[in-house]
Amino acid sequence: MLDLTPKEVSERSALRINPLKTCQPVGAMYAALGVHNCMPHSHGSQGCCSFHRMFLTRHFKDPAIASSSSFTEGASVFGGGSNLKTAIKNIFDIYDPDIIAVHTTCLSETIGDDLVTYINDAKIPEGKFVVHTNTPSYVGSHITGFSNMITGLIKYLSENTGIKNGKLALFPGFVNPGDMREMKKIMTLMGVNFTMLPDTSGVMDAPMTGTYSMYPKGGTKIQEIIDLGNCEMSLGLGELTSSMPAEFLDTKCKVPYQTLPLPIGVELTDQYVMALNRFSKNEVPYALEEERGQLVDILLDSHQYTQNKKVAIFGDPDTVLGLAQFALELGMIPKYLATGTPGKFFEEKANALFEKFDAEGCIAKGNMDLFELHQWIKNDGVDLLIGGTHGKYVAKAEDIPLVRAGFPIVDRYVHSYLPIVGYKGGMRLAEMILNTLMDRQDRDCADEDMEMIM
Amino acid sequence: MNSREKVLDKYSSKIYKNRKEHVIEIENGEPNIIAADTRAIPGILTNRGCCYAGCKGVVLGPLKDVVQIVHGPIGCSYYTWGTRRHKSKHDETTKNFSEYCFSTDMQETDIVFGGEKKLKKAIKEAVEIFNPACIMIASTCPVGLIGDDIHAVAAEAEELYGIKVVAFSCEGYKGVSQSGGHHIANNGLMKNIIGTGDADHVKYSINLLGEYNIGGDGWEIGRVLKRIGYNIVSVMTGDGSYAEMKNAHIADLNLVQCHRSINYIAEMLKTKYGTEWLKVNFIGLEGIKQSLRDVAAFFNDPDLTAKTEAVIADEEDEIKVTMSEFKTKLEGKTAAVYVGGSRTHHYINLLKSLGVEVVLGGYEFAHRDDYEGRQILPLKMDADSKNIESITVEKDPAKFRTFHTPERIQELKDAGLPIESYEGLWADISPDAMITDDFNHFETEEFIKLLKPDIFFSGIKDKYVVQRSGIPSRQLHSYDYSGPYAGFKGAVNFARDVTLAVNTPAWELVQAPWKTEPTLEGSIGGME
Repeated sequence: MLDLTPKEVSERSALRINPLKTCQPVGAMYAALGVHNCMPHSHGSQGCCSFHRMFLTRHFKDPAIASSSSFTEGASVFGGGSNLKTAIKNIFDIYDPDIIAVHTTCLSETIGDDLVTYINDAKIPEGKFVVHTNTPSYVGSHITGFSNMITGLIKYLSENTGIKNGKLALFPGFVNPGDMREMKKIMTLMGVNFTMLPDTSGVMDAPMTGTYSMYPKGGTKIQEIIDLGNCEMSLGLGELTSSMPAEFLDTKCKVPYQTLPLPIGVELTDQYVMALNRFSKNEVPYALEEERGQLVDILLDSHQYTQNKKVAIFGDPDTVLGLAQFALELGMIPKYLATGTPGKFFEEKANALFEKFDAEGCIAKGNMDLFELHQWIKNDGVDLLIGGTHGKYVAKAEDIPLVRAGFPIVDRYVHSYLPIVGYKGGMRLAEMILNTLMDRQDRDCADEDMEMIM
Repeated sequence: MNSREKVLDKYSSKIYKNRKEHVIEIENGEPNIIAADTRAIPGILTNRGCCYAGCKGVVLGPLKDVVQIVHGPIGCSYYTWGTRRHKSKHDETTKNFSEYCFSTDMQETDIVFGGEKKLKKAIKEAVEIFNPACIMIASTCPVGLIGDDIHAVAAEAEELYGIKVVAFSCEGYKGVSQSGGHHIANNGLMKNIIGTGDADHVKYSINLLGEYNIGGDGWEIGRVLKRIGYNIVSVMTGDGSYAEMKNAHIADLNLVQCHRSINYIAEMLKTKYGTEWLKVNFIGLEGIKQSLRDVAAFFNDPDLTAKTEAVIADEEDEIKVTMSEFKTKLEGKTAAVYVGGSRTHHYINLLKSLGVEVVLGGYEFAHRDDYEGRQILPLKMDADSKNIESITVEKDPAKFRTFHTPERIQELKDAGLPIESYEGLWADISPDAMITDDFNHFETEEFIKLLKPDIFFSGIKDKYVVQRSGIPSRQLHSYDYSGPYAGFKGAVNFARDVTLAVNTPAWELVQAPWKTEPTLEGSIGGME
């Protein structure tokens, strides 16, 4: 497995090997799927759209619908205006969404298609919407595309009418439907009136009913997105992912904002709850206090199995930072933190975290790939890997157990239904980490050392 | 109104005009002309991919000893990383890069100032780290637009490092589907690799063309062929390698499994090296038996023929009971089969042997000859596909070699051997089937409602749409991570998987009891 990966790390500035990121449009597609009755539309050649739908379908084991402008060579040379206009007409005629959310690809971005003009010229049925965002694949990563699409929705739709609605606008970050449900549960428990954008719960984890519905029950409603401009404030979870839309909503509609890390583990969930508490002025209910206490109880009960274990965490920047903090709360050493998404912010945040917990000998690197992470591990190993499916090859090659968390997980089921955020998500993560480490102990120990009780 | 009219009727007149040529009913005695290989309608939710996917994802991807650098932003490379299940194995002499994903990860500055410099650097880094025998470069959408000359970069690198470096201009917008990419890959392999080896001819030697070893298909086919006594020179390209492909010209015969993706190479091998090709189908018992007998008839060696019959009898014997058990569970069911460019046809005989009839089917990107048969060739190219380079090759005087005389070939053709011939889907599809070319989401949903197939075979994008409609769905691209499905043993795997899909206990749990049973008050609750 991965036999050709040498131990010596060589300087690479051009060849990317085994990336820890993918391109913008898939993030935009995922965000658009979190809008109710929305058709995500990929303005480019159709291969992108098929790849992105595949990627999402494989992660969620659920349909991921999206249409494409299906560029031909002619359109690529002379512009994709008529392709987009034809697509908009056909989509409304045949698939009847309430809104089409257009994103771009490296093709339409390179030729410089002017989407604002195209959309203005398009025939849009009464009461229907077409919005767009620019998602050049050669900038940032899928995380950037996700942020761009939310920002695009706000840009087109949100309005400040001057009448406050008493709501909190919540940007959940690039997380699973299970996480979004957990974030909503906590807001509800805290008595917070909110709009979450996007909300893929009920869309990418829709139930089996025997009848297929192209637009499932979930998703943020258009009216709610419009009304985002009247929110009291916005809270962006996942600072790298959610800052852009939060800032933009402030710029456009004067909605003040705060950003926080993804609420993974005890302290980061505390921060989320405290922010909600400040917003709602409601007391934290016992139900949450109980969950928190249970999680801390679990960490104390099981500490000996996790403490001082070295872990490499890889994936999307906000997720990795949240998981790193939780690993530190478990007494683990987050030796390597790696993300493929470019940006200095990730390393700054990670280093601050290492400092806060006095964690020595830990390295964080953005704009990095799994090939290099594997090389680091070859040189100085870890006890555990936490990340997405691609890590399983490194796990097998180096015989290190892997806990799957983040994107993409394309080789396991159920994961997207359940949270890793909140106290409840912390319990689930703790269980996964403990089970993995303890299974390993059972597997590796001598027969005479097998423990009945652990 | 029949189901075809019912579905087409829901389209606007403009789309109706386009789609009516692609949605047809098979009827006995009719010529059954279909429109295919034309551009997809924007916004219609086609299932198609792009030229890059056809070139790098399909044809080049399985070549295990090649470092395949995707020149473009990260997505294209990422999505072809481990996603198509072309299996491959290491051996002592061949490096295997299948677990890796290589990209130039183009950034904005590369788009603005050109990406050639970065590509050169990426090749240098690949050579330094991996020392491969061959590097291939696949271009993506922006590369053609910004004018990077990847062929010049490849030529320079080949010179510089003394290894084979081949570039493929398979920008995603070229052609109308994956199909253009197959053609571009075929051209590049033929021009640069096939025939460059110096291996000696061996007896009973064959190439297996258009077999990508999904879930181990090629290995299962190879097992049986080797058992009979054939020598497999190269497989294009499942578990294939640059090392083997160089010598593909020395084989006596080419077996073509996937006609769509590899017929260009098959034709060019015939012109340049004199090697005949035979259309085969190693999926389904009838297909396999016919194919093995055809190959034996070509070689016309009594020992091979006897061994062929002995192996067939033995293999068939081994699976007979199991297959008939599965048949009792599937008999009488109907199926929809929507795959890329060849499997729809290949699976018909296997399904038939299990008592399942195909009532609905089609291809993403097949051409008219895949539907109607090669006798309709040559086809007129439309404006969207004209730009796919079509190369001509000349007879290679040094290496040209014919196994049979032209007279003997004609005799074999007259005897019914599918030499240089393919009859297409029409030869085997049921007379009542509904066919849609470049099938889209709308038509899939509508035909499901109207024709109610018991099982649906297609790809990942459809799978959960169909399943949620209450119909068992199996993927015929990825085999739902199972396989092999080809060969004798593959037939059993397929029959088992389909039987499991149809009989999953959870199907009985779909309706919540309160939707159908009277509540305590005695009224029907929750019915819509």
